Amino acid sequence: MQFMLLFSRQGKLRLQKWYVPLSDKEKKKITRELVQTVLARKPKMCSFLEWRDLKIVYKRYASLYFCCAIEDQDNELITLEIIHRYVELLDKYFGSVCELDIIFNFEKAYFILDEFLLGGEVQETSKKNVLKAIEQADLLQEKTEAMYHNKSFIGSKKAY
Amino acid sequence: MSDIVEKTLTALPGLFLQNQSTGGPGAAKASFSSRLGGLVRGITALTSKHEEEKLIQQELNNLKATVSAPTTTLKMMKECMVRLIYCEMLGYDASFGYIHAIKLAQQGNLLEKRVGYLAVSLFLHENHELLLLLVNTVVKDLQSTNLVEVCMALTIVSQIFPREMIPAVLPLIEDKLQHSKEIIRRKAVLALYKFHIIAPNQVQHIHIKFRKALCDRDVGVMAASLHIYLKMIKENSSAYKDLTGSFVTILKQVVGGKLPVDFNYHSVPAPWLQIQLLRILGLLGKDDQRTSELMYDVLDESLRRAELNHNVTYAILFECVHTVYSIYPKSELLEKAAKCIGKFVLSPKINLKYLGLKALTYVIQQDPTLALQHQMTIIECLDHPDPIIKRETLELLYRITNAQNITVIVQKMLEYLHQSKEEYIIVNLVGKIAELAEKYAPDNAWFIQTMNAVFSVGGDVMHPDIPNNFLRLLAEGFDDETENQQLRLYAVQSYLTLLDVENVFYPQRFLQVMSWVLGEYAYLLGKETPEEVITKLYRLLTSDSISSETKAWLIAAVTKLTPQAHSSSIVERLIQEFTTSLDTCLRQHAFELKHLHENVEFMKSLLPVDKSCEDMVVDSSLSFLDGFVAEELSQGAAPYKPHHQRQEEKLSQEKVLNFEPYGLSFSSSGFTGRQSPAGISLGSDVSGNSTETGLKETNSLKLEGIKKLWGKEGYLPKKGSKTGDETEAPPVPQETMIMENVDQTMAKKDQSQVPTQSKDEKEKQLLASSLFVGLGSESTVNLLGKVDTVSHKFRRKSKVKETKTGETTSTHNMTCSSFSSSSNMTYEEDYYLDNFQDRGDKELKKISLNSELLDSESLSELPLVEKLSNCRLSAPSLFADNMEVFHPPQSTTALVASEISLASSLLEETTEHMHSDPTEVCNNETISVSSYKIWKDDCLLMVWSLSNKSGLELKSANLEIAPVEYFKITEQPGCCLPVIEAESTQNFQYSVQMEKPFTEGNLSGFISYQMMDTHSVQLEFSVNLSLLDFIRPLKISTEDFGKLWLSFANDVKQNLKMSESQAALPSTLKTLQQELRLHVVDIIGNEGLLACQLLPTIPCLLHFRVHGDILALWFRSSCSTLPDYLLYQCQKVMEGS
Repeated sequence: MQFMLLFSRQGKLRLQKWYVPLSDKEKKKITRELVQTVLARKPKMCSFLEWRDLKIVYKRYASLYFCCAIEDQDNELITLEIIHRYVELLDKYFGSVCELDIIFNFEKAYFILDEFLLGGEVQETSKKNVLKAIEQADLLQEKTEAMYHNKSFIGSKKAY
Repeated sequence: MSDIVEKTLTALPGLFLQNQSTGGPGAAKASFSSRLGGLVRGITALTSKHEEEKLIQQELNNLKATVSAPTTTLKMMKECMVRLIYCEMLGYDASFGYIHAIKLAQQGNLLEKRVGYLAVSLFLHENHELLLLLVNTVVKDLQSTNLVEVCMALTIVSQIFPREMIPAVLPLIEDKLQHSKEIIRRKAVLALYKFHIIAPNQVQHIHIKFRKALCDRDVGVMAASLHIYLKMIKENSSAYKDLTGSFVTILKQVVGGKLPVDFNYHSVPAPWLQIQLLRILGLLGKDDQRTSELMYDVLDESLRRAELNHNVTYAILFECVHTVYSIYPKSELLEKAAKCIGKFVLSPKINLKYLGLKALTYVIQQDPTLALQHQMTIIECLDHPDPIIKRETLELLYRITNAQNITVIVQKMLEYLHQSKEEYIIVNLVGKIAELAEKYAPDNAWFIQTMNAVFSVGGDVMHPDIPNNFLRLLAEGFDDETENQQLRLYAVQSYLTLLDVENVFYPQRFLQVMSWVLGEYAYLLGKETPEEVITKLYRLLTSDSISSETKAWLIAAVTKLTPQAHSSSIVERLIQEFTTSLDTCLRQHAFELKHLHENVEFMKSLLPVDKSCEDMVVDSSLSFLDGFVAEELSQGAAPYKPHHQRQEEKLSQEKVLNFEPYGLSFSSSGFTGRQSPAGISLGSDVSGNSTETGLKETNSLKLEGIKKLWGKEGYLPKKGSKTGDETEAPPVPQETMIMENVDQTMAKKDQSQVPTQSKDEKEKQLLASSLFVGLGSESTVNLLGKVDTVSHKFRRKSKVKETKTGETTSTHNMTCSSFSSSSNMTYEEDYYLDNFQDRGDKELKKISLNSELLDSESLSELPLVEKLSNCRLSAPSLFADNMEVFHPPQSTTALVASEISLASSLLEETTEHMHSDPTEVCNNETISVSSYKIWKDDCLLMVWSLSNKSGLELKSANLEIAPVEYFKITEQPGCCLPVIEAESTQNFQYSVQMEKPFTEGNLSGFISYQMMDTHSVQLEFSVNLSLLDFIRPLKISTEDFGKLWLSFANDVKQNLKMSESQAALPSTLKTLQQELRLHVVDIIGNEGLLACQLLPTIPCLLHFRVHGDILALWFRSSCSTLPDYLLYQCQKVMEGS
């Protein structure tokens, strides 16, 4: 996979992950053109696009478009399933995910993506394993957060 | 849009409330990401892009201050990073934060580190210089006892890592392959995969560990290792054939549902794994029957197991079909796969339909009947509302185009072309149309009209080859002269009509094509006088929409037409107008025209009618000026100094002391006629500019015969030798062609049969019948072959690079074109005849091969196997015939004997000529192929010796070399030996000539053979060729050197610094003589003269002088690029020694 983009129906980029080295200028150009092209397509149309020399696989979930660029010999249908599995992972993690979850917690969305796809290849397909890895890291986070909360609570108590 | 924003806004408070109340993984974020929340909310509330910019710029300024403030804690830094990532995603520059991201990854605790690494992976790319700063952090984290830290480090390494720092982490990562946790092992494998992509040679030594990963008890680790294997097998499948069994077993287990339920995806067992394995098997089984046989069962099982209920099973099915068609065919499987393709094509789901078309596109060459089965669906897809489906259908049609359906298919393509706006699509489609039109055009009118459409739509974005090839085709024509004239005449007429249309703007390229054709061939219009054409061209010239490049073409056309015209008022007007033009180029052209116009008779001899294909010699050294220059010099004029010399002098003037003499002085007798040392260059660079353009013109068609054939003293007489490269024999007609230009009406009638939008079934049937003609069942076998041989009407001449289009459909085409004419072959046979006398018996086999190939062309309609057996049959008789002709030398038996003794497999030439040591280029269990180079005096002889290690005889051994741009492989590019006996060695020889100088090139090809019955194996190899392989000493006298030196125009000078040890002249000479194969002509004091030639006959001279530790090299050659290449080689040699 060459890159993955998430953008809203209004064309706002929500997440971008590039697996090939490109300059910022190129990335911006590709994003702009691709978002335009995909948004211009009608709902009944095919989920695959030949765009420049790449193959684009995209799917819309509610207000969000998930869009992957793959090479010509890659399997389009399985790429659709990659998108779907990612959505499932997000859904399970956030609990019925919506666009806002991804806007406000985009770093989490990135963490999940990195656990699922690594360097453009599928790393772990088991939903359980991906989420286990994420939760392990999150757990550490929560512990510290909790400590922090307690402290501040004590602190405020003292102030009274 | 505004209502959506509103909705989002109303949802916001609820979201935050929910976050605070519910807990779970999302709960903690509110406190630390509230700043981000604020930012997001702020942005959402804005209404204009301008306001957003202002807000974010402000935000970035704040962030910049915060991140660089010393009081900022790591925790705050983490929060800042998140906001920076967000800003950058919106398209704003946050590069000031990159270094802080690295710092955060380095210093932070786990949480901060995690965000730091994430920011690094999003901000930087793998060539970013800051990435080096991350290496230490990664090394530290890899050694950490905390699993989470190790995971993070491995994750970042698998995404981006500086190539040169791989050795720093490689041992650590290798260790992780033995880690007890499978997640660590898996990530380590993926990190190695990344390394394999960016620096394959650095991980070569751990291939054994990859095997271990493949056998890992954890499925995830095993699956990760498949990424590496897929990539390695793609590069070289033959090295991994032994793993086929393992891959098959794994796939069997997966398909059989033996994996943990965790790996199921919608109750399908590990679909990703299955697809990966299928792809690997497809690569392994390609053209390899024995390997393919191992996988038939499991493929059958996969096809059967995939119940059609979910997308993911279709994905597996699609891959499976692909594999079945890539490996050695088995009819049962093919049948099942074809049925599957049917399911795709007929599916109401649009995605599946698309894939069905895609599958048809790649199986169509193997099985054209499949297209027939689905013709009605294909017709429907041709008018599908989704342009992607339409395009894929056109791609499919492109592959089945033949002489009968060309008009319909090209019309469909043009329709699509007119609707599309995307440049990439236009370029692609225009190229295909032009290719098809050249190949299968039914008549002149159609061809010209189609090309007109191509030029008007493709215009200035299309590949420049298209107009060049078109013009070449017009100019060179084919064999029937009257037909050529008719085609040209039609082109001229059609362009004149187009130019009559008012208010239409044609692309510049199209106008250039028109002006060239009109300039060259307007004379064919008997009735319309050249004046009228000139008038039209002049009108174009005065138009504002014409670029100055096109104007130059137009003036060139006018110049060509002027001598044919009777009156010249317009020409005079043009001269008047453009001699004052502000464009230098146009002004020059106008002046040239003006001067020529003053002497009409001379002009006529200079611009002969219809001679664009005649070669001309441009005296690029301008030697005819020598007399003039000598005279001027004798009258005291300053000698001309080339640019670099002037610069050198200018530089040296600035120095206090100059150790270099100002000019070169030759003391040899060759230069006695000259007066001054600088006179050496006088013949050459007087007008370097025009010399160069003169050279260029001979190489490209478009300017030929237009200008620059005169020098100061007048028209340059034609010489025998050719400077261009169009020396190939003209193709022989495949059939007499029908060339009535009334065919236009026919074409129209044809087109009217095609329904454009109508739903009427009848019309569709009609369309189908016109589209799928030639695909009937009786012609399934010979479909491509037959059509090709008959209808290569406008086939380009010898120089075509069919491979270049990349889309060339069938390999058969290629073979066909390499046999483009039988006269060519007889010519080559003659060539062999000459050679055989001294090469002996061994060659006989080859000649028989040659004739076999002749035969096999006519047999091309037969299926492959049959063809081969036929060849084998025909071989003996041909062989016998040849025997009589060639009078093998007395020593035949001796030679045969020596050949049989395997020990010395080198050819006898090797004793006479320098040769390289044989190196093995490829091998497998039965054969081993090694190659070596023999540097013969007149060419480079490549020898591949194929030794049969097995105890069985090999049949139909065949070696083919892919055509390469720079080389001319003068012997027949295909060899087919009937039989290679057990444990014997067979040599294939190819003499290679270089067509254009270059530094290094690759010659690749494959060897195929058959064992016992039908089992065919193919092995690929490639050999590196360097410029030096084509350099031979040029043995000339000092006097000749002097003469040659003066006649060459292209020179290159360079000073090289030498080390102490090299500083002596003799040793340097020796190095150059040995390494570069230069001939030492003379040594005069501290100067040396060397000469060499680039095969076949491009000489290059080198003058060099040692001065202290400086070696001043001065190359001259008749070829403009050769001195540069040689200089490069010299530098390499000098550095190396």
